[in-house]
Amino acid sequence: MTNHWVDIKNADLILVMGGNPAEAHPCGFKWAIEAKKTRKAKLVVVDPRFNRTASVADFYAPLRSGSDIAFLGGVINYLIANDKIHKDYVKAYTNASFLVDPGFKFSDGLFSGYNEEKRSYDKGSWSYQLDKDGYAKIDESWQDPNCVWQLMKAHYARYTPEMVAKVCGTPKESFLKVCEYIAETAAPNKTMTSLYALGWTEHSVGSQNIRCMAMIQLLLGNMGMAGGGINALRGHSNVQGITDFALYAQQLPGYLAAPTDADKDIKSFLEKKTTKALRPGQMNFYQNFPKWYVSLQKAWWGDAATKDNGFAFDYMPKLAGASDVLSIFDQMYQGKINGFLCQGFNPLASVANKKKVSDALAKLKYMVVMDPLATDTSEFWKPYGEFNEVDPAKIPTEVFRLPTSLFAETAGSFTNSGRVILWRWKAAEPPGDAKDDTEIMATLFLKLKEMYAKDGGAFAEPIQKLTWAYRIPNKPSPEELMMEYNGKALADVVDPKDATKVLVKAGDQLPSFAMLRDDGTTTCGNWIYCGVWSQAGNNSARRDNSDPSGLGQTLNWGFAWPVNRRILYNRASADPSGKPWDPKRTVLRWTGKVWGGNDIPDMRPDAAPEENVMPFIMNPEGVARLFARDLMAEGPFPEHYEPFETPLEANPMHPQNPKAKSNPAARVYKGDMEAFGNAKDFPYVATTYRLTEHFHFWTKQSLVNAIMQPEHFVEIGEELAKEKGIAAGDRVKVRSNRGFIKAVAVVTKRIKAFDIDGKKVHTVGIPIHFGFKGATKPGFITNTLTPFVGDANTQTPEYKAFLVNIEKA
Amino acid sequence: MNVTRRQFFRICTAGLGGSSIAMMGFSPNAALAEVRTFKLTRATETRNTCPYCSVSCGVLIYSSGDKSKNAHAEIIHIEGDPDNPVNRGTLCPKGAGLRDMVQSANRLKWPEVREAGASEWKKISWNEAFDRIAKHMKADRDANFMVQNKDGLTVNRWTSTAFLASSAAPNEAGYLTVKTIRALGMTSIDTQARI
Amino acid sequence: MALQSLDIKQRSATTTPAPQARQTMEIAKLIDVSACIGCKACQVACMEWNDVREEVGHNVGVYDNPTDLTENAWTVMRFTEVEENNKLEWLIRKDGCMHCSDPGCLKSCPAPGAIIQYSNGVVDFHQENCIGCGYCVTGCPFNVPRISKKDNKAYKCTLCSDRLAVNQAPACVKACPTGAIEFGSKEDMKDYAGKRIADLKERGYDKAGLYDPPGVGGTHVMYVLHHADRPGLYAGLPENPSISPLVSLWKGATKPLATFALGLAALGSLFHYVIKGPNEVAREIEEEIEKEDAS
Repeated sequence: MTNHWVDIKNADLILVMGGNPAEAHPCGFKWAIEAKKTRKAKLVVVDPRFNRTASVADFYAPLRSGSDIAFLGGVINYLIANDKIHKDYVKAYTNASFLVDPGFKFSDGLFSGYNEEKRSYDKGSWSYQLDKDGYAKIDESWQDPNCVWQLMKAHYARYTPEMVAKVCGTPKESFLKVCEYIAETAAPNKTMTSLYALGWTEHSVGSQNIRCMAMIQLLLGNMGMAGGGINALRGHSNVQGITDFALYAQQLPGYLAAPTDADKDIKSFLEKKTTKALRPGQMNFYQNFPKWYVSLQKAWWGDAATKDNGFAFDYMPKLAGASDVLSIFDQMYQGKINGFLCQGFNPLASVANKKKVSDALAKLKYMVVMDPLATDTSEFWKPYGEFNEVDPAKIPTEVFRLPTSLFAETAGSFTNSGRVILWRWKAAEPPGDAKDDTEIMATLFLKLKEMYAKDGGAFAEPIQKLTWAYRIPNKPSPEELMMEYNGKALADVVDPKDATKVLVKAGDQLPSFAMLRDDGTTTCGNWIYCGVWSQAGNNSARRDNSDPSGLGQTLNWGFAWPVNRRILYNRASADPSGKPWDPKRTVLRWTGKVWGGNDIPDMRPDAAPEENVMPFIMNPEGVARLFARDLMAEGPFPEHYEPFETPLEANPMHPQNPKAKSNPAARVYKGDMEAFGNAKDFPYVATTYRLTEHFHFWTKQSLVNAIMQPEHFVEIGEELAKEKGIAAGDRVKVRSNRGFIKAVAVVTKRIKAFDIDGKKVHTVGIPIHFGFKGATKPGFITNTLTPFVGDANTQTPEYKAFLVNIEKA
Repeated sequence: MNVTRRQFFRICTAGLGGSSIAMMGFSPNAALAEVRTFKLTRATETRNTCPYCSVSCGVLIYSSGDKSKNAHAEIIHIEGDPDNPVNRGTLCPKGAGLRDMVQSANRLKWPEVREAGASEWKKISWNEAFDRIAKHMKADRDANFMVQNKDGLTVNRWTSTAFLASSAAPNEAGYLTVKTIRALGMTSIDTQARI
Repeated sequence: MALQSLDIKQRSATTTPAPQARQTMEIAKLIDVSACIGCKACQVACMEWNDVREEVGHNVGVYDNPTDLTENAWTVMRFTEVEENNKLEWLIRKDGCMHCSDPGCLKSCPAPGAIIQYSNGVVDFHQENCIGCGYCVTGCPFNVPRISKKDNKAYKCTLCSDRLAVNQAPACVKACPTGAIEFGSKEDMKDYAGKRIADLKERGYDKAGLYDPPGVGGTHVMYVLHHADRPGLYAGLPENPSISPLVSLWKGATKPLATFALGLAALGSLFHYVIKGPNEVAREIEEEIEKEDAS
């Protein structure tokens, strides 16, 4: 979230699209209800289903699953055509006036530089025109045909209300009504908050769904404002924290790019990652990359990381191409992976195409499951009738299952979706012999270290030299770990402007990432968390919930990254002269000397407005990007592409170009393309989702939640039910090209057929949550059905739009 | 009011229980109203965070006992933490049912192994589990660790054992996990957070 | 007395008048249907606090689960899809005891002290005194109490009287994520309801209103409805509930008659009646009456 949960109450319009917060985040959704109650805010829901969020909405508009960009592109067109933009904001804070390389083109659904064979783009032309100093050229009049404004206007002119109705199946008048609601927030003192979740990410165009809304929020001037922003309502309690700590291959803690084969030494690596400002005077925050990266190497390899050995750059493994759940299971399926450690993850249930995942697990030599619960994954080898048809004798995988503690049984911190890090305390011992994840990881690591010391083996230096200053070596305490990743000074940190002034004494905890140095004198395990445990102690344990501004900022509650800032890009909440766009909801204002107000400034505190330091400090441009340059896989402007399994013959936007039917830059593995179904055999659009009674695949293990929603069901509209002779409560079989599930039919008025370009398209709604292990009635795993393809940028699987058929079981 | 004869008798029957029992002197000594005793009296209250969605609601965990040495603390109730500015004491149906998660019949209590081709679990000790897992890991790492790629550049990676991480583990466990698996050279890493 | 915050207003089948000198606050729970997302947090919080668990059932083709109130499910969400004039509404109502000011259950209850009404408005069942006759079920205009198959006693929402006794809000109220359930003095709740109704009217619900039915003397669980003119839309919420004439009648004129006319007949089967429960006796008597009617 750029903003935070409580801030939703400051909105004038809450647009829920790509999410269902009433069901998935009820306690956060309270702030939407609060905005309705106290600000007379409106709540608008756009979704394939009339869900429980829609049940309390002021307006609901349906759209076909997988057509969000067509809808949002239509909104952009509406805002431009009707002059409903916050012009001063767009002029000052976006790249609307930037000039783009004349070689940049878009035609027949493809951007310039497409390579069909590689399914990717040569992005050379997706860039700005630069002047002799390397700064981007601009045209403040927005008249140049190559300026971002003109290119964007032309790109979205095709997204007419008629086209939206044709692609999305949304009635034209409903679409226009939503546009009217949104357009009202173009006023400087009105804000819309965008609440989205996996309903946007879990598409082959997931990232572009979100970008499209980001563009809308910029056009309306809603970024950085209280009650505005782009708010990803994330999944697990610590999904934000685990993402921040980069438990994935492409990055290292704090979103630092991990080195790849192209990075032969630390010097060239740091140079490449250190961005150059694209406009004069901008903060260009990534110029600090070397400070963050060197401090991480120092945190991990301590004295062994010296200037002479490039701060042990070679200890850090280099990334070998793609690495994400889909690619990992594909590699495993091909027999290229022998071992698999599975920590609190249930991939058999939660990864696409259960059959492929199950076959992949059966090819492993060993698998280690660390979990508090007996998961489906841990028993992938065990037959459970038709729910899991396997023959254990044919599965050679050695499976270890290690019991771990649950939240109530450990101390430590979680980071919520609003980036607030909050400490929690241990209430009880785990059952039986269960252990904390940290103890398990530490013990395993120390055991390996001992074996390498004794017997030698492949490159053991990074193992032997890893810093390990924990009082009880096999039980690092959460306090020790937090202090470590916060970071400390190894030598006195002095003021760069005055070397006699010591800012942090050697040995002290660092108060902020501003103190990090690239010369090896500081350590920090995650630069964005720096400050969470300063010399003042554990700031995540702060529990003063006072809210003097009334905006819900609660700056003394826990600690938000970065530097306790609650609303990102908050400099944009004030106009270029430093006056708040809406004085009634002041986030930041220029006091004459420094930035003041009700948040930690997302700006150099003494940067006077006349200096023209722009609010989007992480971007070398200083402004936000309506045109994304070369940073997205499939293009600088979001374009509508059909899901990989679509009921349509062609992309209605580009009916003549089969290459532009689905995301041209999405990765599809051999065998998975063949496993896609077609509309002839599988005529219905399926979409999977969560129910409020359950949390993923956990609460099927919790009795009281099993009572609330005891059995797997699928939802269909009355019209389809009638066609198929299905009555509510009947058992039905749902098939995709990858398998089938059986479940109970819920027949509802809340799912309607869509008219897509004259073709009737039905939706089948399929909740996840169920499986063969748990207190709920034994059931099939929904992901038996889903396709093994992901978003082109994140590789998040396309769970939200694929094809099925349905019949009475 | 029009009451049929049959209804009249039914009404009389209805009157019967109370009236006749009272006649027999069975009551009203038991009629003193007493509500159920408040069950959290002197329970230990611990502040924690709900492990489900990313609203990360504050919860109060009530456990029996006062932490004295011989009294095993059992979690008897969990409800919302009113101090938490986000949830302000409220909880959703998942959070409100957290006690049934902590005490799920499917909680794992000891290490187990399912041997190759076997159809059942076998209970093992932690020592055996760590020994066997570490041996597997070392053998796979030593056999497949890549020091240089085909162009002769140092890469120092181990791709043949994969690690998928929880996104419900606390930051500290996540940090220790990433630190150790990167030190081992792992790059086949991902997290629940992606999906 | 353990419960000074819960003075007794009346007891079932007891003629001794309750003390009335003290003036205590009348409370109410307000269910704002327009803010309810049907998440069932209240259902879970209720089971969790009260240590009851229903069986894991089946899906019968709707979201409702458990599908009805039971001795273990004291509150359930009732989901209704209403489509009128091309507008779809998903009306979700939390069902459970309304804690009537004039409680039909208490009036019809023959077991002394099995049903208590406190001066704050809570109507509470005391299972140790309950004889499981089921008359409270008949007497309830909202069809709320349920007889346990396990111990043959009647159960329903207590409004968490054990929490109220220590100045804590009921478990469902505390849990409710969207503030669709609020709790306070009845006066406050009516004022708050007024604001909610005004807001709903501004949003086009002309018939929004408060459900506090006079036929049962008002209730201590009230609803804000968007369609207060048609409570029946909300899974059959009674339009104008009142206590069955049968209950009023026995409470008034026939009670002494019952005592004297049938007291003797009852004595013989009393112990059977107390131990095995009265339904069989009632049925036996009814059967005899039916025979008589037929002859």
